[in-house]
Amino acid sequence: MASSRRTIALVVAGLLLAVVPPIAALTNQPFYVDLFRRMMIFAIAAVSLDLILGYGGMVSFGHAAYLGIGAYAVGIPAFHGIDNGFLQLSLAIAASALAALVIGAISLRTSGVSFIMITLAFAQMLYYLGISLETYGGDNGMRLTVRSQFGGLIDLYQPTVFYYVVLAILVVFVVLGDRLVASRFGMVIRAAKSNEPRARAIGFSPFRYKLTAFVIAGSAGGLAGALLANQTEYLTPEFMHWTRSGEIMFMVILGGMGTLVGPVLGAIVLLLLEDVLSALTVHWQIVLGPFLVLVVLFAKRGLFGLVSGAPHNG
Amino acid sequence: MAETLLAIRGLSKRFGGLLASDRINLDVTRGETHAIIGPNGAGKTTLIGQLAGDLRPDAGAIRFAGHDVTRLGASLRSRLGLARSFQITSIFRDFSALDNVALAVQAHSGSSFRFWRAARADRALRDPARLALESVGLGVRASVLAAKLAHGEQRQLEIAMALATKPRLLLLDEPVAGMGLEESQRMVRFLGTLKGRITLVLVEHDMDAVFTLADRISVMVYGRIIATGTPSEVRGNEQVRRAYLGEDAAS
Repeated sequence: MASSRRTIALVVAGLLLAVVPPIAALTNQPFYVDLFRRMMIFAIAAVSLDLILGYGGMVSFGHAAYLGIGAYAVGIPAFHGIDNGFLQLSLAIAASALAALVIGAISLRTSGVSFIMITLAFAQMLYYLGISLETYGGDNGMRLTVRSQFGGLIDLYQPTVFYYVVLAILVVFVVLGDRLVASRFGMVIRAAKSNEPRARAIGFSPFRYKLTAFVIAGSAGGLAGALLANQTEYLTPEFMHWTRSGEIMFMVILGGMGTLVGPVLGAIVLLLLEDVLSALTVHWQIVLGPFLVLVVLFAKRGLFGLVSGAPHNG
Repeated sequence: MAETLLAIRGLSKRFGGLLASDRINLDVTRGETHAIIGPNGAGKTTLIGQLAGDLRPDAGAIRFAGHDVTRLGASLRSRLGLARSFQITSIFRDFSALDNVALAVQAHSGSSFRFWRAARADRALRDPARLALESVGLGVRASVLAAKLAHGEQRQLEIAMALATKPRLLLLDEPVAGMGLEESQRMVRFLGTLKGRITLVLVEHDMDAVFTLADRISVMVYGRIIATGTPSEVRGNEQVRRAYLGEDAAS
């Protein structure tokens, strides 16, 4: 029951996102292609965080680090004239996986508040590293002179092509994530979240599994960062700032932790609200803040929980 | 002479000024049911913690099934066949009863680095889990969320999880604590059916349960084992009477 609802939600969400470009073209509002593409890029980051936060109970407060690493993995080669997208995306995934491996290997030895603080500290270290990279613009960042090139196969300069590339990556990622959390691997990290001493007592060694999940989430975050650099055609250390990590976490909580589809919804709603409210008033955060508080208080399972009524672990 | 499954030698553990385990020596024979009794604060749970691998002893050694497990963590001991139930019920509360047991089966079915097939559709996990649940009488409650089970059922679930790991030795920390009379009698009857098939080490305050189940009893006082013997030997031991059984046994 619950799983078929999830499937329906997934298909409906995918279809709705797929019709955005034609509708934007019909209504002559190309801006929406840009906005929704941005939402979906953040959705990839939010879904990847949900894998470890919602399913693994790992409250990583440094997920924006991987966005930044992915963005610089596109920006730095481009700066030196290497604009091959396959190379850049591979580099983004590999570099953020490596960073996640190091950060995870250290921070997963702690738990609770220490874990939150260590992941935050690592992200801030990378943020300051970005600021210190004078060659690449320091704290001002730098323009991406050319978007990733895919040998004429895919042209990211065509807004709808870029849009459908991002949509395809998002859909594939959510489907893979859905398999992952239901697999034996997924059951281990969920069991460790539920009761780690018990998981150990029945014979699991959760650390390796949690670290693997952490690396998977980090690499997906890096991929999102590579897309984001192409989206904004600009990259700055701000991508890695802790407020950005908080924003991604909020997308997950707003949409519904441990649901995978929820964070997609969370990313869309949060960025949409920011967009709509900031057009109405400069004090838009005064409206957004209480709204987020209300969601956390009254919809513990997030917006997706309200929509689907899906029970946890269902 | 029967084979020794668990051998404890000179086990010591200190918490600040408190010597919770004081040079404990104990042999548990394969197939026996060995109860550890003693007043509150005697160090029984500390001993269980060291046997299960949650606590590192300060000194001494633990050998289990021919391996020195003194420095092994809980998960490796579990894989050697040492299962446990916790004094305070410890289950995966937000999973169904069947999920709980299936996880225990999974932990003993090779690597869990398997990312594709749905674990809940895997009969290699579900079928043995269902059998273990049925063996403790929870078959009809398989799909109930573990958090929603009654207290006694949760304790049964813990036993089912332990059994699903096909243990050679089962550590039971107060298995009937907090149970009603009827529930606790049912649990004692069930544990009786395990007797002989699985080696049981049992910490328990309920003397009816202890004297019904145990082949041998060790009495702990102030971190030391002051006596080990058959139920009737222990019952007749003057030192034990004074230290522990008190007026209850005297009357």
